[in-house]
Amino acid sequence: MSAGEGKTLAARLLTRPFRVLAALVLVAFILIVWRLVAGLGATTALSDAYPWGLWIAFDVVTGTALACGGYSMAILVYVLNKGRYHPLVRPAILTSALGYTVAGISIALDIGRPWIAWKVPLFVWSWNLHSALLEVSLCIMTYTGVAWIELAPVFLERWHPESRLRKLAEAAHRILDKSLVWVIALGLLLPTMHQSSLGTLMVLTGRKLHPLWQTPLLPLLFLVSCVAIGYAAVVFESTLASVFFRRPRETEMLAGLSGAMLPVLGAFFVLRIGDVILRGRLPLAFAANRYAVAFWVEAALALAPLLLLWPKHARRDAGNLFRAAMLMLLAGALYRFDTYLLGYRAAPDVHYFPSVPEFLITVGLLALEVLGYIVVVKLFPIFSGAPRRAES
Amino acid sequence: MRADRRLFFKSLAAVGATAAAGGTVEARVKPVALPDALGLLYDATRCIGCKACVVACREANNTKPDTSNAPGHLWDMPMDLNGQTKTLIKLYKSADGREYSYFKAQCMHCVDAACTNACPLGALKKAEHGVVAYNPKLCIGCRYCQMACPFNVPKFEWAKTFPKIVKCELCRHRSLGAALRTADGFSRYPRGQGPACAEVCPRQAVIYGVREELLAEARRRMAANPGLYAPKIYGETDAGGTQCLYLSHVAFGKLGLPTLSDRPVPEIQEAIQRGVYQGFVAPVVLYGLLGAVIWRNRRKAQIEEGSGEKRIDEGSVEKEEKP
Repeated sequence: MSAGEGKTLAARLLTRPFRVLAALVLVAFILIVWRLVAGLGATTALSDAYPWGLWIAFDVVTGTALACGGYSMAILVYVLNKGRYHPLVRPAILTSALGYTVAGISIALDIGRPWIAWKVPLFVWSWNLHSALLEVSLCIMTYTGVAWIELAPVFLERWHPESRLRKLAEAAHRILDKSLVWVIALGLLLPTMHQSSLGTLMVLTGRKLHPLWQTPLLPLLFLVSCVAIGYAAVVFESTLASVFFRRPRETEMLAGLSGAMLPVLGAFFVLRIGDVILRGRLPLAFAANRYAVAFWVEAALALAPLLLLWPKHARRDAGNLFRAAMLMLLAGALYRFDTYLLGYRAAPDVHYFPSVPEFLITVGLLALEVLGYIVVVKLFPIFSGAPRRAES
Repeated sequence: MRADRRLFFKSLAAVGATAAAGGTVEARVKPVALPDALGLLYDATRCIGCKACVVACREANNTKPDTSNAPGHLWDMPMDLNGQTKTLIKLYKSADGREYSYFKAQCMHCVDAACTNACPLGALKKAEHGVVAYNPKLCIGCRYCQMACPFNVPKFEWAKTFPKIVKCELCRHRSLGAALRTADGFSRYPRGQGPACAEVCPRQAVIYGVREELLAEARRRMAANPGLYAPKIYGETDAGGTQCLYLSHVAFGKLGLPTLSDRPVPEIQEAIQRGVYQGFVAPVVLYGLLGAVIWRNRRKAQIEEGSGEKRIDEGSVEKEEKP
């Protein structure tokens, strides 16, 4: 990550999609103000039976996994030393930084007493070292910072030529370049820790989580699933960016990448199904209820991309690759969503369906993420390689 | 390069294996109740459902009656424990109406409580006499305690802008444990001390005391009334033991008490956390390893490039990439 590596897209910013997204963000922010004033009971469908709902299960637990592209690519490029995938790293880290930031906003909204939240990183003497949630929250806070620092060269490169910031930017860049190894290592360590701990969190719910999901293997399953989702997110993001910004497709590179994601997804599939079988829980998957249906949908979604990408030539087909990545995203996302929401039931006869404000805030925060992506790739050097084909 | 890769997989495998082994690791000592652990004994055969305990709890804890479900909002009628109800009398009735029983709900004050394990800053903590106490100054309102509690006890003030967690703290704001030991070996507590619910019960259906004495009293009642009780004191060993104990003439499951193993609820989760994070060694080692591997890769890339420019990119690819 050094000077002159990436390219900005010298495109117009205020396009129609931009305005639509901005409107969604605006709606969400109005609702967020309402949530903060009126409280959680007035604005959400959450209850004592379902203390965690859409925001935790989707925005945080699934959202941070979708934002694991930076983590997955860093494993490939910096640890396994596959330098040729380097052009995919910057966009991936951008989605990570944005995804984690948005997840952070969601957490701030979801916790009932956010004015106490500043004590979590600072009240070291109060830390409950038994709490997996303490570890998750500290790691997520730190990693959000690390992701932005990893991305900092992008902003510094852009600001180099501008006279006023120049000296500062150059100095910062030098320091960053020296310590980048340790920043990158932190960017690998922290997701390894908190993504697995997101699984550990649900172990404590014991029998309230359906036995098709409850297992001491949850941390491992969550770790492997986030790496798989990370690769799929990179393929997804890269393909969409090619289409919408009319850039040349990175199919060659993505085909190679699919070779890396196949074993990860395969490992996830084997662990997930093997665990259910070895723990003697497979009969539960043949019950006539929503848990069994959800389990098979998850299994099918994980198996499909494995079959789609199995033949080597199929990986060179951009459409096929994109479909496989989509399915993989869905498989991992559903697994996490089910573990936190669908598979969890505190007592019989309790129900939860997100309220309209919950939905709109989730949609608005997603829009904010996409908006952030569009703005940054248009103003800063994120993409590398060949210039765009057309001006628009 | 191959060595590095092996190193990486080895370290990953090590972390994975520790995580996976979590279920079987028995490094953790199972906590036992403190000798002065205080609790309640509720005897369903004695309870007449007068709800004097519910009213006394409201007075002692300054909670407002919940009239939201009552027709015309005329009387206190909470459907469950909630953000303004710390104890509650429920009625179980069989389909044919022949079998019925009352049930008193409140915090079980587990010996090894899942909520205290969950709480990030220790807002919920085992305090004096093993009471699970709440300190709002450290509570961020994450509600993980609600997710973790096998009895669904901690409740949240959903309607408030500045909410808190609400649960029975065994009236620890009144003085606890100032007992007078009497000749029969049981402690007696002066008025105004200990939980208000036990103080007002007209039938001694709920009594307060040291856990060991409560267990002795439960056994005494069982021995004195053969065939009356279900053959078990709920909470003696359930979920690793609770400080609030139950006697009943109907199956405990019908009263809404979950069937739990004798192992503490946090056991597996804590074994995993311990296995992976004992002394924070594994993360530090992994961090060092990652740093070393990345540094080596970067250096190699620089050397192969033959220039001072620091970058890892296409230049270093061909040699290590298999087709």
